[in-house]
Amino acid sequence: MAVEKDLTQPLPNGEDGKRPDEARRNFLKQSSILTAFALTPGVAVKAADLKFEEKVAAAFEKVNVTLEINGKKRKLSVEPRTTLLDLLREQMHLTGTKKGCDYGQCGACTVHVDGQRVLSCLTLAPMVDGKEVTTIEGLADGDKLHPMQEAFIKHDGFQCGYCTPGQIMSAVACIREGHADSDDEIREYMSGNICRCGAYPNIVNAIKEVKNGGQRV
Amino acid sequence: MDRVDGRLKVTGAAKYSAEYELPNMAHAVLVGSTIAKGSIKSIDTKRAENAPGVLAVLHYQNSPKVPGYAQEAHPTEPKPAGKPLQVFIDNQIHFNDQPIAVVVADTLERAMYAAKLVKAQYNVDKHATDFNQNVPKAVLPTAAKRNPKHGLADYVRGKEDAYKNEPLKIESEYVIPTEFHNPMELQSIIAHWEADNRLTVYDKTQAVIGTQNAFAKDWGIPVENVKVIATFVGGAFGNGLHTWPHETAAIIAAKKVNRPVKLMLTREQMFTMVGYRPHAWQKVGMSATKDGKITAITHEAIGQTSSYEEFTESTLQQTRMMYTSPNVTTRYRILPLDVSTPIWMRGPGEATGAFALESALDEMAYVLGIDPLEFRLINHTDKDPEKNLPWSTKYLKEAMQMGAERIGWSKRQLKPGQVKNGEWLVGYGMGVGTFGANRGRAKVKGTLHKDGTLVMQSATTDIGPGTGTAMVQIAAQNLGLPPEKIVFELGSSLYPPSPSQGGSATVATVGSAVHAVCQALKQRLTSMVAGNADTSFKGATVENLTFKDGYVSLTASPSARLSFTDILKQQNLPELEVSEESSPDNSLRQKYSMYSYSVHFAEVQVHPLTGQARVTNMVSCADAGTIINAKTAGNQMIGGAVGGIGMALTEGGVIDHRFGRYVTKDFAEYHVPVHADAPNISSLFVNKPDLINNPNGTKGIGEIAIIGVAPAIANAIFNATGKRIRELPITPDKLI
Repeated sequence: MAVEKDLTQPLPNGEDGKRPDEARRNFLKQSSILTAFALTPGVAVKAADLKFEEKVAAAFEKVNVTLEINGKKRKLSVEPRTTLLDLLREQMHLTGTKKGCDYGQCGACTVHVDGQRVLSCLTLAPMVDGKEVTTIEGLADGDKLHPMQEAFIKHDGFQCGYCTPGQIMSAVACIREGHADSDDEIREYMSGNICRCGAYPNIVNAIKEVKNGGQRV
Repeated sequence: MDRVDGRLKVTGAAKYSAEYELPNMAHAVLVGSTIAKGSIKSIDTKRAENAPGVLAVLHYQNSPKVPGYAQEAHPTEPKPAGKPLQVFIDNQIHFNDQPIAVVVADTLERAMYAAKLVKAQYNVDKHATDFNQNVPKAVLPTAAKRNPKHGLADYVRGKEDAYKNEPLKIESEYVIPTEFHNPMELQSIIAHWEADNRLTVYDKTQAVIGTQNAFAKDWGIPVENVKVIATFVGGAFGNGLHTWPHETAAIIAAKKVNRPVKLMLTREQMFTMVGYRPHAWQKVGMSATKDGKITAITHEAIGQTSSYEEFTESTLQQTRMMYTSPNVTTRYRILPLDVSTPIWMRGPGEATGAFALESALDEMAYVLGIDPLEFRLINHTDKDPEKNLPWSTKYLKEAMQMGAERIGWSKRQLKPGQVKNGEWLVGYGMGVGTFGANRGRAKVKGTLHKDGTLVMQSATTDIGPGTGTAMVQIAAQNLGLPPEKIVFELGSSLYPPSPSQGGSATVATVGSAVHAVCQALKQRLTSMVAGNADTSFKGATVENLTFKDGYVSLTASPSARLSFTDILKQQNLPELEVSEESSPDNSLRQKYSMYSYSVHFAEVQVHPLTGQARVTNMVSCADAGTIINAKTAGNQMIGGAVGGIGMALTEGGVIDHRFGRYVTKDFAEYHVPVHADAPNISSLFVNKPDLINNPNGTKGIGEIAIIGVAPAIANAIFNATGKRIRELPITPDKLI
């Protein structure tokens, strides 16, 4: 996968120490200004240039990403700097995935990528090209809630509900990973998901119930 | 009963303020100052303005004016003690990371990028952010200066500072650092001018109506032209009780670009722009007789505030009323610094005050060689010694007994360091909390539909405690309708007014209005059935009817029954609507003193070599009147205990005073408790009604859940180690 490979490489510096994308953007800006000057009467230059330049830059700056979100295949064109979290929330309106810190410190943005729990705020959108993403919206089976969702309701594993999607996505992964064999183990492997309302003991009880119930998660 | 909105929360369908989809939405990002005090010399926005997708860069030189900012208070109104920060009005800088510009762009990424291109030059003034260095500048709050009888004024019962001349006394100083609410949802707003003089905001707030009024005043538009939506609030813990600069910045931006604008603070900005629990210094002096009678308490406190706005809280209230002491002196001061304004944080001043008072109780008990539970029982008071009034209800002793049994208090040794678990030292501690059993005025509209469902509405919020769930249950019990047929809608200024969700007053306040709605509906249904000349219901009164499962029946002969649905059908009514307002009876409230109480028991283990302290068990008990929903109420108590663990062991804001800027600005530096910090926590309720307070018999839980937790843990650490730590948080370095 070309995109992913590029991102794992350190970014080489362009001319003047600028990163290549920045250099390219400046090049586009200059060349479009020159073209505009050459071809257009003076008054129209500025307005036309700004819009044209922006469109050209935008087209060049976007990358194509194909991914499966909650079972549906999507082809998207995104700015490479867009995080998976912002892609989900702002462009796909899947707002069940929450932004709590943007630094990978709170876990509210946890989603599954190819079945593994991942912090979507630390994942750039192009990194999930070709992958399967599951968000909280895709966890239930139609109207039938996932056992973890049922258990969170039963044990009141939340208050305000904002960290809840991330807690649930992490909790499901925690069991799948085999990290839910004791209270202490659950606490340890769920510690990346902060609940400021402090519903932690109820969350642990919900996870234990699902784990001990032996349901497939 | 499970939460009524549980399904929405576990499926991601619950929409919080930044999650509404509006056409043509633009994104705003705030730029903060990089100095703590001074003025902006110049601001360079050219690069930001030229960046792709940028729609506007607004700052004090070009921001649309907020008409209400220019208006001074009416001359007859008392001059306010400072005022909230007004955004983009001048070049003055009052604190580090003060918003100096807002960048609006068509996408979030573009707004974030452009915000980094805004550069300001400053005239730098010397700032004062170091609490300890500035203590001599602490002052009496304005309210107390104006009125010596104000609750914030100095208080003397009996003889002033009487402890000083007593033989058996203690005297200690206590410090708590600045703590931050840090709800998981970042403070967010979508501002949408639907017309020139019509504003809709989707806002993270605990005060729907308060916010509506504030923005109507700011923009000089009729109150009904401002719509505030806060259907789901992702935690707040107090920081939604104020309107903040970022809200107005978003509204200004929306005005300027004539599009809906979404603004979500960054986590870093949550430390500088939306309040905090203020750093506080306290000193407690206490004396007692040999047999454990407290003879005098003096409690002094200084709390931090900003240079432009006075913030005060009831730090010393618990000291005035909790124990029988004949001599009590309290002195409260505030210290203005070049920082942003604090705001009430869960269990506001009381949690701060209780840390000092309840630690001091433990210290005094130790000096006397008396068990701290016994010491509190000796000094228990059956009437309010401050107001000289009876309590409406007080079941603190019962709560203490329940908690002591559950934690196994009998295992506790008076002498510290006696109990061990392998290498770990085990200790037990307790702390008591109290908070006013407040109640305000609220209005609820209830509509009974002919399909047998009841829809109620009120402009309250649910920041997490389960407001809607409690209201549904109150209605179910009072109207005799299954809960699944009841809906309670909240979080919109279109609904009848409710006060802000603060001070643990929501269930007492709004629940009383729900109670009134149910009584009114029963009355209406009764007159309808009583008017039926040809049935056995003829002439029935509410008193001789039973309302159950959506049916009205004669209590004397239950077989004769009519469903609510049938009654409406007979009357040819599609629905039955009532609106009821409920207020506390002030004459009654003058005859009683009303408080909720909590007592927290902590078991800790401390490693003597590493100084690591772990809370291994907690029991939190409350006298909070009738418990409407044991599940959500218990959860709230647990949450308060977890908050208290943070207060005691992990949380503390640190400023680099060279720059007057917080270095604790994210969850890596500022440690809120995580799963691994939270043990099993039991919450127990006395569950006896306080019918003097309100018809449902409830008293608040939110605040008492945290008040008294930090001292319980600090006292347990003393019991484990013999080390008395009087400065929070109790990090390992303080224990080795």
